[in-house]
Amino acid sequence: MSTARRSFDWQRAALWSVLLLFALFFLAPMYVMLATSLKDMAQIREGNLMSLPSSPSFDAWLKAWSQACTGIDCSGLKPFFMNSVLMVVPAVLVSTTLGAINGYVLSKWRFRGSELMFALMLFGVFMPMQVVLLPMSQILGWLGIASSIWGLVLVHIIAGLPSTTLFFRNYYVGLPDELVKAAMLDGAGFWRIFWRIVLPLSTPILVVTLIWQFTNIWNDFLYGVVFSGSYSKPVTVGLNNLANTSSAVKEYNVDMAAAMIAALPTLFVYIVAGKYFVRGLTAGAVKG
Amino acid sequence: MGALSIRNVRKSFGATNILKGIDIEVEAGEFLILVGPSGCGKSTLLSMIAGLDTPTTGSIHIADRDVTYALPKDRDIAMVFQSYALYPNMNVAQNISFGLEMRNVPKPQREQAIKRVATMLQIEHLLDRKPGQLSGGQRQRVAMGRALARNPKLFLFDEPLSNLDAKLRVEMRAEIKLLHQRTQTTTVYVTHDQVEAMTLGDRIAVMRDGVVQQLGTPDDIYSRPATRFVAEFIGSPAMNMVGSLHAENGLNSKGVELALTAEQRNALQAANAPEITYGLRPESLAFADAGLPGSLTMLEPTGPETYALVDTAVGTLVARVPGKVRQAVGERVFLRWSAADAHLFDAKTEQRVA
Repeated sequence: MSTARRSFDWQRAALWSVLLLFALFFLAPMYVMLATSLKDMAQIREGNLMSLPSSPSFDAWLKAWSQACTGIDCSGLKPFFMNSVLMVVPAVLVSTTLGAINGYVLSKWRFRGSELMFALMLFGVFMPMQVVLLPMSQILGWLGIASSIWGLVLVHIIAGLPSTTLFFRNYYVGLPDELVKAAMLDGAGFWRIFWRIVLPLSTPILVVTLIWQFTNIWNDFLYGVVFSGSYSKPVTVGLNNLANTSSAVKEYNVDMAAAMIAALPTLFVYIVAGKYFVRGLTAGAVKG
Repeated sequence: MGALSIRNVRKSFGATNILKGIDIEVEAGEFLILVGPSGCGKSTLLSMIAGLDTPTTGSIHIADRDVTYALPKDRDIAMVFQSYALYPNMNVAQNISFGLEMRNVPKPQREQAIKRVATMLQIEHLLDRKPGQLSGGQRQRVAMGRALARNPKLFLFDEPLSNLDAKLRVEMRAEIKLLHQRTQTTTVYVTHDQVEAMTLGDRIAVMRDGVVQQLGTPDDIYSRPATRFVAEFIGSPAMNMVGSLHAENGLNSKGVELALTAEQRNALQAANAPEITYGLRPESLAFADAGLPGSLTMLEPTGPETYALVDTAVGTLVARVPGKVRQAVGERVFLRWSAADAHLFDAKTEQRVA
């Protein structure tokens, strides 16, 4: 027993050191960003990338947030960040809701042609984003929401629907049809079955979809740069403009701080809900 | 006019005919069994009674009202599913009262119904639990409780015991029977298990390939099977079937003269079928000092009785004899039976002759 335990510990130690090594390797860029963002320019010019900040300060963060220049406008990332929030929240909620309803219909209320419909939606998952740029800008123009945040919201809802539908449909296929039949016999209709039976059983896939959509939409650059106007640019575009605005000195600490600010929300979502994410991805294997 | 009538119901998907004209009348309070091998259409028929599916042609009436195209919720029925289909997100009490809630029954009455059902099924101590915390037998009870809560006109059971282990199955079978005796609710029960069919049913409809082969009381089905299929499907071990030719003065199978009664002889003359399948239930066969000779090839003791496989000139026959068998495997034995116990089927049409 004791010898078995000792050799087990050796294996553990080897395992841990390998894992730790990998973790360090993957976290290194994050460290560099964080450290640089807390340094002042004098220390950065010394050229030691890995050194700890000698007198850490949040000046660079403050500047990135509210004073840094993007082009001629010098109000930092703040307005872009707000644009992103205004875009992400409705786009994520609506695309997830519609995806859940689509998935519910395509798995539990099949109709003639519903499989074809699903196949076509699947096609949407694999469609390159560039293909829709021109027709979409045309449509946004017709609808009168070109260059606005609402235009971006609409684009992200439509672009997200195939994946959210796919997620929910595949999850709901695993729910026994008999649950729906039993509820029908109990007198519940389409919406009541959805609200009272199906949705309460959807927590894992809801979390997965919310995270997925949030990350995708928050991080999107292409739609953001193509469909936004001067006052509706999302934070990714703002970050790009901030880092590319040429001034006499390249302020690396501000750039790093800005990048961190732009990445924080997705980071936050992963930390808070990551455990559900992993659980949700494997939820199909678990039976109720 | 009964509690449930199924009139000339047909169902086809494209060229495939699942049900080929089903006619069944069920009286109020009756316990009807739909039994048959998988794929015979019994579950499809039950789905149509429940309103989860619609027939291609024909009609279904519940309490003299045409419900062929009515929604499940408007039929006043309740169903117990094979998988129980309890709502995993609700506790037992909520599961039982969900149907009442959907029908806007006020809360005090719902509480009352939960109490009544829980007492009846002895699940009072489980009311706060989620289905995931229940054993198979308890889930089965809750599923029945959910069906009982509304006092429906018609109960539907879709193979409700097939997910239980053998011992529990026998227990729950008895409980379903007791429950029916107490509530006297008209019931349609689908199963592929012939023992369930025989023990539970007031009447049994034996189905095969979308056709009702025979509809009758368990006694009818067992002692006067209408077709060869029914004869072989009901009863365990299955009925012995001996192929034979209609000779001048009786039946002849590979040189062996098969005993007939005068009545059977007359029926044979009238039927005018050259080839006859001669059926004998295993319990009709007995060991004797003289009779059909054969050699004992295998013994299957079950305790109260023994199944004996005997190789004879007409084929291998199974005899079901009480108690233990004195003879040893390999020994020469003689089988005897009374001609009146034989079932005669036309080999071509498989219909009963006598």
